[in-house]
Formats: sequence, C-alpha cells, structure tokens
Amino acid sequence: MDNQRKEWLLNAGVIIALFAVPLWALAVGEPFIITLATRIAILAIAAVGLNIALGLGGMVSFGHALYLGVGGYVAGIAAHHAFAGTTVMGLPGTNQMLPIWVIAMLLSGLVAGVVGALSLRTSGIFFIMITLAFAQMGFFFTLSWPAYGGEDGLPIFVRNQFPGLNTARPWDMFLLAYGVLVAALLVFAMLRAARFGAALMAIRQNPDRTAAVGISPFGIKLVAFVLSGMITGLAGAMMADLTRFVSPAMMAWTMSGELIVIIILGGVGRLFGPVVGAALLVGFEVFFGGLTEHWKLWLGLVLLAVVLFARGGLIGLIAGRERHG
Amino acid sequence: MSLALVLEQLLNGVQFGLMLFLMSAGLTLVFGVMGLINLAHGSLYMIGAFLCAALAAATGNFWLGLMAGIAGAAAAGALIEILVIRRLYARDHLDQVLATFALILILSEGVRMIFGPFPLYLNVPDMLRGSVDLGITRYSLYRLALIGFGVAVALGLWLLIAKTRLGIQIRAGESDREMIAALGVNIRWLYTVVFALGAALAGMAGALVGAIQSVQVGMGEPVLILAFVVIVIGGIGSIKGAMVGALLVGVIDTMGRFLLPRIAGLFLDTSQAMGVGAALASMLIYLLMALVLIFRPQGLFPAHG
Repeated sequence: MDNQRKEWLLNAGVIIALFAVPLWALAVGEPFIITLATRIAILAIAAVGLNIALGLGGMVSFGHALYLGVGGYVAGIAAHHAFAGTTVMGLPGTNQMLPIWVIAMLLSGLVAGVVGALSLRTSGIFFIMITLAFAQMGFFFTLSWPAYGGEDGLPIFVRNQFPGLNTARPWDMFLLAYGVLVAALLVFAMLRAARFGAALMAIRQNPDRTAAVGISPFGIKLVAFVLSGMITGLAGAMMADLTRFVSPAMMAWTMSGELIVIIILGGVGRLFGPVVGAALLVGFEVFFGGLTEHWKLWLGLVLLAVVLFARGGLIGLIAGRERHG
Repeated sequence: MSLALVLEQLLNGVQFGLMLFLMSAGLTLVFGVMGLINLAHGSLYMIGAFLCAALAAATGNFWLGLMAGIAGAAAAGALIEILVIRRLYARDHLDQVLATFALILILSEGVRMIFGPFPLYLNVPDMLRGSVDLGITRYSLYRLALIGFGVAVALGLWLLIAKTRLGIQIRAGESDREMIAALGVNIRWLYTVVFALGAALAGMAGALVGAIQSVQVGMGEPVLILAFVVIVIGGIGSIKGAMVGALLVGVIDTMGRFLLPRIAGLFLDTSQAMGVGAALASMLIYLLMALVLIFRPQGLFPAHG
C-alpha cells in the first residue's frame, strides 16, 4: 500500500473515530468523554487555522493564542451584555452563537490583519518573536483592563444558543464542534487545492522565485495570515462557550506554544495533522495527568524526542515524510 | 506628583532596563553567533534565581548564593548545549522553537519537582539593606547597587568582546561561521562557551532580581518575552542594540505605568483612569516595538550593517 493511500485511510479512521467514540459515550452515559472529544475538536479547529499560516505558508506564528482569545472575549462579552441587558458601544449583547461567530471571525481577522501587516515586514526569527510579542500585548491588555473581569476572567453563566440544538447538552455541543471542524477541514483542503494555495506553498518553498514569476509574496501571505487568524478566532468563541469561561490565560504564550505543538505532533501542513495532534495532546494530558502531577515533564521529553528524531509527526511516521493530503 | 517621585521611578526604570540587558545580551549573542532562537533562556534565569535562593537560605550568605546561581546557570547552559541545542543549529527556526519550548516544560517541571510548588524568598544582603539619600529623595540601596552591577557587567562584556581573543572569535563567528572554523577555531567549543556565557548572564539576572521579587516557577518567561522585545528594538545580534533597547524598554515601561494612570486621571474619574491607564501602559513597549518595525525593520542597531 502506498503512502498516499495510507494517509487517506488514516484520515478516514480519525474522523470516524472522533465521531464514534463520543457516540459510544452517549450510549453508555459518559458525558466526560463527550466533552473531552468536544475539546479535541475545538482545539483541532484552532490548529487548522494555524496550519494555514504555519503549514501552508511557512509563517511560524508564535502568537495565535491572541486570535483564540479575541474570539473567546467576543463570546464572553456578548453573553455578558445579553445577560445583564446592557449595551456595548451602542450594540446590545447577544446569546446567539451565529452572530457571535461572525463577529469573532471579523474581529480576529482584523487583529490578524494589523499584526500580520506589521510582522510580515520581517521574516524568520524576527517574525516568531514579533507575533509572540503582539500576543503578549493582548494578554497584558486583557489582564489589566478591569471592565471584563481583568485577571479573574469573565464567566458565561448560560451557554450561548444555536438554532435547533440544546447547547447545554454535551452531545449537542459536540455535534456543533464536530460540524465546524469538518467545515474547517474542507476550507483547508479547498484552499490548498486552489491556485491561492499553490501560490502560498510556492512562497514557502522559495519566495524569491515566486516573486520572479510575478506573484507578490506579501499580499498572499497576509491574506493567508488573516484567514488563519479568523478560523482560530472562531475556535476561541467555541472554546469560551465550551468552558463557559474566558480569561487572559486563553491568550497566554503557552497556549500559542500548545497550538504549534499540536500541529507538530500530528504533522505540519497535513490536512489531518491538527486533528491527530489535538487528540494526542488531550489524550496525553488526561492519561499522564492522571498518573503523575509532573506530566508536563514527560510531555516535554516526548516533544523533544519528536523534534529531534521524528520530524513529520505521527502521520509522517505512518504515511512517510512526503505530504499528500 | 513631586520631582522626587519621578526621579525614583526613573531610577527604577534604569534598574529594570539593566537587568533586562543581562537577559537580552545572552539571547542576542546566541542568535548572532549560532543563529539559534532559544526560548529556554528564561529557564536559565529561573535556575539562577532558585539556586541563589536555596543556597542563600542554607548558608545565610547572599553572595555565595549569587555565585552558585551564576555558576549553576552556566553549567546548566553548557549541559543543555551539549545534549540538545547542538543538534538544532542546522535545523529551521520551527524546530528550534519547539525543542526549546520542550526544554521549558522539562526545566520548569524539573525545578518544581526539586524545590516544590511554593515560591522561595530571597532576602536582600545585609550590607545593601536600607536606603541612601540622593539629595531630593531617598532610594533603595539594593536597587542602586543593581544599577552599578549592571553597568559593571555591561562594561566587562564590552571589554570581553572588544579586547580579548575569545571576543575576536565571537565577532568572527557572527560574520562567518564556516570561515573561522576553516581557520582552525574549535567552533563546537566556541558555541558551548557562548551559550554558557549567555546562560551565566541570565542566571545572574535571575539571582539579582530574585531578591526583590518572589522566586517561583514560570518567573523567567515574562522576562524572556520582554528580552525578545528588547532585541527586536535593538537589532538582533547587537550587544549595543541590546543595551539601548533594554534601557528604552525598562524606562518606558516603568514610567508608563507611573504616568499614564495619572494622565488619564485628568480626563476620567479616578477608578476608570486607573484601569485605562494601566491597560495602556501594559501595551506601551509593544507599541514602541511596532513603531521600530515600521520605520527601522532591522532594529535600531543592526548587527550586520
């Protein structure tokens, strides 16, 4: 069996398992496992967003937690005002997920546009540090801005609503996250197959040659960066609703690091890299976190081993180093 | 708002800036010579602080603790370089970020296992306790000593790089690694020495700052990110840039936190002004960084012209 087929089979297995396991948990009455699968799906959406910038475009953003946090705060602030019956900048709050998602994506796209336009003036190591620094700026801003809880964060007392579903039930929340994940994966696959994706990957491999054939790297990278931030922002809004809480911790630099780790564990630039990586990270945390309080030490050692000896992530180990789909 | 208060905040800013310089100098050297981005630099700062606090508590002597902090961080740096970092020089920046991120997890959790989950406290040494009279205000003697210490180390570092054989090799390494290896300089040894030197500076900063803040796991990362801001502003690979950047960041951050809530208080009521001022102040140095990026993307003092 060639590697391309192996990877497709693996992808199919992963997406089926991510549905089948919580379905089984629903049947036997294990809501904890359903919520765990929901968390994996939402983290995977966030990482699909980052995978556009990092995997396709080669932009090592160490600040994607910023967009996660922007999305999260949109959900939290909208729910806060809807609950209190007050307005924010003349607009009423809302407890409907659909408008919240739209605003979360627009706002995180806007922030990504500003950060991207500044950061993409540089490359390499500068880019890494600058994206990190901008995310840290957001972190300290939310930490010291007292109106929405500051350091203590902002609780969402009642989970926001989605038409036709009862989002308070774990299974309904899972369906929502699963549906959005599938949509995000489709967007990623379509983007990669499109001319835009081809140009983006060409820029990653050799920006000078791409520029020489008449494709300006800056514009394409910026659009990819904005798209990437929007998808991660959407995941942030869903994450806030899942935990019914949003705090500056969502923007912490460790969160940005975790998103990169997810992609690396799964496989950089692969369609299902984020899903496999998110499942591995959450699984690792639950399993080793139950065994020892020092599970992060082991996570560090595993990560170090992956970087030094198993580049290409888990999908790379199974389906070879070449990227297919 | 009196002149005395402004002077005190200004000195605090300079002191903060000089400690940031100790962190940034190591980072920028390691990047300049080896082309490596080292996220675990903050962990070396933490190791320096923990060793100093533990030994000072055991022996009652701060200076013994400081020595141990510097030596321990340098040793940890050399060990990390030989075991892990050495394999990363030829890799891309993504691999370097991940491997050093993994090192942070390992070192933070390792320190937590050895020293426990609670913060340690490090007292200011007896001979530096109290305050001195500066004419218009009294100022903490320890903070003043930190300023003197920072200036002395910066001077020493400049002498080392400008006047010694090792300094020549470091500067040559920054311009052309392959060439100095071809000329017979033991480049592996040079890399280990540079990394350990950077680690020693970070450990020193951690130990010195540990006496005015609490010594805890995770103390290194906020400083690390500020050091990134410093070297982006100053220009990567440039010691001079690190010095100017560190002083700018230290003074602007400290003065911003002091002045902005007061300025906002002219327009808003007190409680609102405190919040708005504090939030703006926390963003100030990042805005400075953005400005530098817009007008001088290579930083104020780019290392390679």
